Amino acid sequence: MAERSFAREVEKLRLSDGEEFHGEGILAMTKALLECGVGYVGGYQGAPISHLMDVLADAQDILGELGVHFEASASEATATAMLAASVHYPIRGAVTYKSTVGTNVASDALANLASGGVTGGALIIVGEDYGEGSSIMQERSHAFAMKSQVWLLDPRPNLPTIVKTVEDAFELSEASNTPVMMEVRIRCCHVHGSFTTKANKRPPVTVADALENPRRDTARIVLPPASFLHEHEKINTRWPAAVRFIKERGINEFFGPETGRIGIVMQGGMYNGVIRALQRSGLADTYGETKVPLYVLNAVYPLIDDQFLDFCRGKDAVIVVEEGQPNHIEQAFGDMLYKASGTTKLCGKNYLPMAGEYTGQVMLDSLGAFVRDHDPGILDARVRAPNRPVELPDMTPLADNVPGRPPGFCTGCPERPIFAATKLVEQELGAHHIASDIGCHLFSIMPPFELGGTTMGYGLGPASASAFNSPDAKRRSISFVGDGGFWHNGLTSSIGNAVFNRNDGVIVIVDNFYSAATGGQDILSSRANNKSKSTRHPITAAVKGMGVKWVRHIERTYDVGLMHETLREALTTDETGPKVIVASSECMLNRQRREKPQLAAAVKEGRRVVKPRFGVDEDVCTGDHACMRLSGCPSLSVKTLDDPLRDDPVAAIDHTCVGCGNCGEVADAAVLCPSFYQAETVFNPSGFERFANRLRQRVIGWLQARRDRSRLVFEEI
Amino acid sequence: MNEKTIAAAKADAPKADDAGRIISVAILAVGGQGGGVLTDWIVSVAEANGYRAQSTSVAGVAQRTGATIYYVEMCKDTGRQPVFSLSPAQGDVDVLIAAELMEAGRSVMRGFVTPDRTTLITSSHRIAAVSEKIAPGDGRGSSDAVLDTARKAAKTLIAFDMERMAVAAGSVISSSLFGALAGSGVLPFSRESYEETIRASGRGVAASLRAFGAAYDRTVAGAEPATAEAEPDVRGTDEVAGAQGSPALLFGWQELVSRTRALPRPAHDMALAGLRKVVDYQDLAYGAEYLAGLERAVALDDEGHDHALSITAAKYLANALCYDDIVRVADLKTRASRSARVRREVGVDGETVLRVTEYFHPRIEEVCGTLPAGLGAFIEARPGLSRWLDARLNKGRRIRTDGLFGFTLLWGLAGLKRWRRRLLRHRVESAHVGTWYDLALETAPADYALAVEILACRRLIKGYSDTHARGLSKYDRVIGALPMLEGRQDAADWLRRLREAALKDEKGTALDGALQTVASFAMPESGAA
Repeated sequence: MAERSFAREVEKLRLSDGEEFHGEGILAMTKALLECGVGYVGGYQGAPISHLMDVLADAQDILGELGVHFEASASEATATAMLAASVHYPIRGAVTYKSTVGTNVASDALANLASGGVTGGALIIVGEDYGEGSSIMQERSHAFAMKSQVWLLDPRPNLPTIVKTVEDAFELSEASNTPVMMEVRIRCCHVHGSFTTKANKRPPVTVADALENPRRDTARIVLPPASFLHEHEKINTRWPAAVRFIKERGINEFFGPETGRIGIVMQGGMYNGVIRALQRSGLADTYGETKVPLYVLNAVYPLIDDQFLDFCRGKDAVIVVEEGQPNHIEQAFGDMLYKASGTTKLCGKNYLPMAGEYTGQVMLDSLGAFVRDHDPGILDARVRAPNRPVELPDMTPLADNVPGRPPGFCTGCPERPIFAATKLVEQELGAHHIASDIGCHLFSIMPPFELGGTTMGYGLGPASASAFNSPDAKRRSISFVGDGGFWHNGLTSSIGNAVFNRNDGVIVIVDNFYSAATGGQDILSSRANNKSKSTRHPITAAVKGMGVKWVRHIERTYDVGLMHETLREALTTDETGPKVIVASSECMLNRQRREKPQLAAAVKEGRRVVKPRFGVDEDVCTGDHACMRLSGCPSLSVKTLDDPLRDDPVAAIDHTCVGCGNCGEVADAAVLCPSFYQAETVFNPSGFERFANRLRQRVIGWLQARRDRSRLVFEEI
Repeated sequence: MNEKTIAAAKADAPKADDAGRIISVAILAVGGQGGGVLTDWIVSVAEANGYRAQSTSVAGVAQRTGATIYYVEMCKDTGRQPVFSLSPAQGDVDVLIAAELMEAGRSVMRGFVTPDRTTLITSSHRIAAVSEKIAPGDGRGSSDAVLDTARKAAKTLIAFDMERMAVAAGSVISSSLFGALAGSGVLPFSRESYEETIRASGRGVAASLRAFGAAYDRTVAGAEPATAEAEPDVRGTDEVAGAQGSPALLFGWQELVSRTRALPRPAHDMALAGLRKVVDYQDLAYGAEYLAGLERAVALDDEGHDHALSITAAKYLANALCYDDIVRVADLKTRASRSARVRREVGVDGETVLRVTEYFHPRIEEVCGTLPAGLGAFIEARPGLSRWLDARLNKGRRIRTDGLFGFTLLWGLAGLKRWRRRLLRHRVESAHVGTWYDLALETAPADYALAVEILACRRLIKGYSDTHARGLSKYDRVIGALPMLEGRQDAADWLRRLREAALKDEKGTALDGALQTVASFAMPESGAA
């Protein structure tokens, strides 16, 4: 079950003709799919489109009623391969994943799908994870569209446009027999807005109908000679069909006056940012009415030559606002202009930065400079020659004092003790080459752990250590992979590869019962019962099935001592072949979400409940913070004591502590200090327990009083 | 602490007739602080007041416990759809809400807070970042420096501890931030409409309204001063009232206290705090030893230096005498005051069944230290025996101090205090303290400032087990630099720098660097050789 529940929101998916939908972009896209009569949906979670998968998972009843098949795909490759259902059958299908990491994984299937082409509309919603909040390498989806010749739509980031684009995409796909990608950026996925709904449409042909009436067409299969024909078909038939459709449907939009000395061309997703820059420059009003001609590319691939050349006609200069690099669109426009002997000056990355996000300031500065250079007359005097700029204070005190705050492990995270143990084993046996993977466990590279040298892709942690397998070295490599990555790709690419190549390294599989980093979706080894999915497939069994001989299963990662010992054994044993440690404990974020209401209910019903948390004796703590160098838990922090004799702040645990046990275990395993205590509150104790407790307290109280009589007792500071 | 008055902020607020004007609100929070709830509330209150609003966020893994940002734009509904921006831009933010002080600082650094436009509403509490927590010393950024710059950068600054206010009301910080926003008057909405929004959201309404109301009132009143949470004054000015005990003990205590009165006035508070600590640690006689040591420093001191030597000696001699041994830990963990504190922190009363587990991990070193000096030294002199014993002793021990067995065990260990002076650890520590203190006092006549710094180097020795050993070795390395520094004008300054470097990181990398620098100028001949 995912971290965020959409159980309430999915009811909005039932809205019918002419009703008003209010909600997030993600939910609007889902609603649009149903309005379009989609026959099957799949995908792989990951920001910014994780919630689309979560919405669909929570909407299974509605999907079922409509006869729509939904799958949580094993990977993006699986998801894209699923679109094969639209090759021979007139069924609309949609899949979703983050880009570009997802498109990378999907590209094999994507190329095959694009070659043969589709009959039913095939839509890929890619979450363009670029700029602020992104967790991946900064690349563009655009290149994937170009290389496989699938069309790429980039809608203006508002709900009505997004919904219309989904409709257009299916029809474009069908009109040109080509899969279509729609890219949406993170803030577009999470933008709140509204649109007028239509009734959901049952797919005219369902997957069940197709199964009952199988079809095949050799000409659509990627094998010579058909594959050679496909290439010609792409250029001679599908491309022109797409261009025709994009023009006829008016997918690209024009705003502002018909004529002008300058013009701005932009990706649809850049529209709001461009308008804001124009608003701030006095060139547009609140509602986007502007003095500058705008050409908005809701379809960024293919580009429409004559549309662009028409737009340029009579203009001195045109600027292309295209985020990311290389500047594919600008290059293509340059080519068009040159070949058409155009005289309009083409600008773009000479005003805008080649790399990096186009933030408000970047847009304001770059477009401002462009307008001042090419049509200063349209600017009012205030903007053309602004008064003294706003004076900002000296920022040095901030640079010196504001700490960086990268993401890290949550309070009580079960992965923290794994890395604490790794740090301890390195203190003992020396530093090792450590390969990391994608997932929450990658936070190990940050302070306080600072473990891990590379990350090469989802499920590829152990694979990325495969070169480090040498009989000449006394040390082994350590590699990490999460359960999400393990099932996504790791089982074959990492574990199978290590077995086959007799890799001698140590592999730690971090098993937290969910695909946690993407929002807590279930996977094969999840321990929960899932209504529609088959779970509880142990990782250890899969690993053994792959042929690993040395497998250890740690059922409670918080046992730092055991974790430490097991790692030591794995690093020093004479056994050859990969040494696999499966370290299992439930993701604390999800566990709290699951358990908190249960415990509260149990306490209310009068059942006996024990609730742990940790504390620090501030007078025992000496303020060295060794514990924090092995933790980094948000609930374990520092506080200043009101004691003039103390220089350094002491450790303190706040009320957000969930009592995971890491503090005590680490203090013990690393022989730190006796400052930590665990306090377990017993709710609804039995009568005997209460009696025994009173008795014990009385004896303890008597001993304490006795001691206090023999000494001076000072008021607590 | 509203620098410019709320009335002024209200006067600047967009007017109802300002129809086409877009108002932008950015929220910076630490992942997990509930910024999403606040964002939804702001959208709701805007819509309830006839505004169109749009919110965006950057959900995803990048948010886990890291800095995160939410953004709302709104505009009076005229029947046409405005084009809103999806993210905040420099110089284009009307209201910046920060759920933690350093996030306010970050928003200023990012240019989101500008003096012509931005009302900055921030909670003044701190959530330390990992980098601040892992320094062996105090690695925290200065709240005052950040507040000071924030005040200059903002048009209006509203800052107080909204976290504490929310927790006190049984709610979370989004409620108090919402209250401060309402109280600031920067949005043209009534208090009632804000409250109605909270009620409509349906969860924990009563507590949320309490926190909202407290923050609203506080913002409107704008009373309290604008510092970060101030460090309270040293307590215990009434020396005797702070102590309880038999008449004989109190008489002895009063005698010691009166000896501190004979010390120079500026050293009184520190000496009293030190005395208290030492007597609490051991007994009145130990307190007398402390004062005797302190009086040696006072004799060398004079007013010309503001009695820095006496004050520093008062502080670090007390800390040095109260070394952390098993006896002390057992004593601290078995006191009545400690039982009460645990219950206070957990938030339960005296009747509740509370199980308390202590985490101990004694090694042979600690055990030997707790043995009579002769026996302890005998074992330590025999590595084979030490190892054999360590193999049997050295393991984690979890002791239940709510249980009779565990409590009595520690209570008994605490009772060893009576014989502490005869234990091995005391012999070792006394010798170390003596050497250090003598070194400082011998240095004082020639180089007063250096003597003060030598005393302050005691700060490096802290912790238990390996941590203690590491502290000791850092101390040795810093003090070991003295021959290179002696006679130099800036010797004290360099010793201070070395000490500060030693507190920067665990392994002492910064210290190594600093020592190399000292070596390079102190011994140019050998450097050239």
